[in-house]
Amino acid sequence: MKMTIREAINLTLHQEMERDERVIVLGEDVASDQGGVYGITDGLPAKFGLHRVIDTPITESAIVGAAGGAALTGLRPVAELMFVDFLGVCLDQILNQIAKFRYMFGGQARTPVVIRTMIGAGTGTGPQHSQILYPLLAAIPGIKVVTPANAADAKGLLTTAIRDDDPVIFCEHKALYMDECEVPDGEYVLPFGQASISAEGSDITIVGMSRTAVIAGEAAAKLAQKGISAEVIDLRTLSPLDEASVLESLAKTGRLVVVDESNPYCSMASEIAGLVAERGFDTLDAPVKRVTSPHTPVPATPCLEADYVPSVERVMAAVEETLSY
Amino acid sequence: MDMSPEKLVDAYRLMKTIREFEERMRSEYQQGKLPGFIHIYRNQEAIAVAACLDMTNEDYIASTHRGHGHCIAKGCEIEAMLLELACKEDGLCNGKGGSMHIADMSKGMLGANAIVGGGPPIAAGAALTAKTLGNGAVSMAFIGDGASDQGTVAESLNLAVVLQLPMIFMYENNRYAEFTRSPKPDGRIAERAGAFGMPSEVIDGSDFFAMYDACQQAIARGRDGGGPTAIEAVCNRYYGHFEGDAQAYRDQEELAQERAVSDPIPRFLADPRAAALTAEKIADIDVAIMAEIDRGFEVTYAAADPTPDKLYTDVYIHYEGRLR
Ligand SMILES: Cc1ncc(C[n+]2csc(CCOP(=O)(O)OP(=O)(O)O)c2C)c(N)n1
Ligand SMILES: [Mg+2]
Repeated sequence: MKMTIREAINLTLHQEMERDERVIVLGEDVASDQGGVYGITDGLPAKFGLHRVIDTPITESAIVGAAGGAALTGLRPVAELMFVDFLGVCLDQILNQIAKFRYMFGGQARTPVVIRTMIGAGTGTGPQHSQILYPLLAAIPGIKVVTPANAADAKGLLTTAIRDDDPVIFCEHKALYMDECEVPDGEYVLPFGQASISAEGSDITIVGMSRTAVIAGEAAAKLAQKGISAEVIDLRTLSPLDEASVLESLAKTGRLVVVDESNPYCSMASEIAGLVAERGFDTLDAPVKRVTSPHTPVPATPCLEADYVPSVERVMAAVEETLSY
Repeated sequence: MDMSPEKLVDAYRLMKTIREFEERMRSEYQQGKLPGFIHIYRNQEAIAVAACLDMTNEDYIASTHRGHGHCIAKGCEIEAMLLELACKEDGLCNGKGGSMHIADMSKGMLGANAIVGGGPPIAAGAALTAKTLGNGAVSMAFIGDGASDQGTVAESLNLAVVLQLPMIFMYENNRYAEFTRSPKPDGRIAERAGAFGMPSEVIDGSDFFAMYDACQQAIARGRDGGGPTAIEAVCNRYYGHFEGDAQAYRDQEELAQERAVSDPIPRFLADPRAAALTAEKIADIDVAIMAEIDRGFEVTYAAADPTPDKLYTDVYIHYEGRLR
């Protein structure tokens, strides 16, 4: 069935809450009539009751921390951190608590918690509501980071996230919510650590994630018109990371552009470039090129924000530069 | 209560400016002429104005996402504000902050804040500056009823008591956080603040004169080294959470009722203490307000957007050749 990412997430929450009564949803406004700011939790309170769909006060440390504590003791909470920027408020509970329980307690504990959160620029909400921050999360041992770029992947990956026994942060790009695609009916489970090749090609590899996977795909389509055959890899999960798919594709094409909406320094793009420098050096025919956002906060200014995030044009320019090396 | 005739005029002028400013913002936003998200302050005007009326530019406020009224009350220029809210180059923050991050350091306005609960620790820091320098300045944090639950707020309350900071916790209890009605009874917030060990009271936020009394006392306490104060101003959020939210989730009868009883402006004008404001004076003030707002929008819409290079102004760590 065709549906948007927003609908796919909503449907998956319905399915998983139905399947397992230990799954609960908690967060700010999640039980309101509109199903949260973007309607993601629409219909859940009516179906599963307010004891499983819980409106919380505005207290991110307690929301995320309590979700972790409940996960540690038998529930499978899906907590909503409305915007990833609010990570600033609750980082201790993620960084020092949830991420470490299993290891630090010598394997006694599992923490099956999912933290759903909205990422990315493009909606004019300014410096404190537009960040990406997934590299910060992916840098934490003990946290899995998931970044779907289409509705089918959103369904498959969220299902896996909820069934996973360890902590997962599920990053939803706010500019993609209304993107539509065909989504498999019924149960649909996608493994973590498996990128998808969203377009096959032989001249160059373009790696993207979340919204930049979509941008990479659009760039590849335009490049095809110019006779350039680009292979597009959508990482889908950032931790664990499918290193093999990147290296295999590079072995075929010999050239790599990584597109990442993060700030450039310590970004996912840097991580991929590092991987390739270390383990793909012999296959490289040209330097790796990173296309990222600049090393600045996200301005509220619409005209500057439009120029901030990686664009199809910038990806194409990077590809052409790499090819002409 | 001591209130000079000039202060009385200022109080009316500022409340009315906020009202007209916000109504105009709304209509321009609805026409798609303004970017981002905006949160309208209507019906809460008496709180900001009473809070800031006795402050100078040396005193500080830390605001919230619903910050336009706080800016105006603290003395920010209408035109400079509008340029910022439209994200123009000559705006207060060069257009980079917009509605949720507007700030004016020259007026002691330490920023709106898109992080709920982000302001109080900053205001505590400003109070620490004032205390350390011994300059008699005070610092105020505006805090929503929803924000009152944040850990940062509790931590700031405690710090302000421990350090005896010249600080005021100005809670605006409009009984809503986004789409959810506050589960707390009125007064609970002040009670909580009081439990940390500071004077606290609950005031009708639509009663300007009661608010002004309470603020004068709190400010005097801060200036005299008497430490922090908390005020819970009970009020009404007239419009939706952000512009565009039709608040279908609210009991419409209750909303109509709350709107009517909590409009601070008619209540202010009906008070005998405002008798010196004649109909003629009011009409003159109103004309001037509308002219200022009209002029502000005219200038704003004629103003330039920032040029692309402005993305890199006020950046102090550069990576040459790999900015992106
Ligand atoms: C840390 C953080 N959590 C959540 C939000 C989303 N949010 C923005 S405003 C708001 C409600 C705030 O309610 P209140 O403090 O009562 O202020 P009001 O909107 O009523 O003025 C929420 C939840 C946010 N901006 N920051
Ligand atoms: Mg409120």
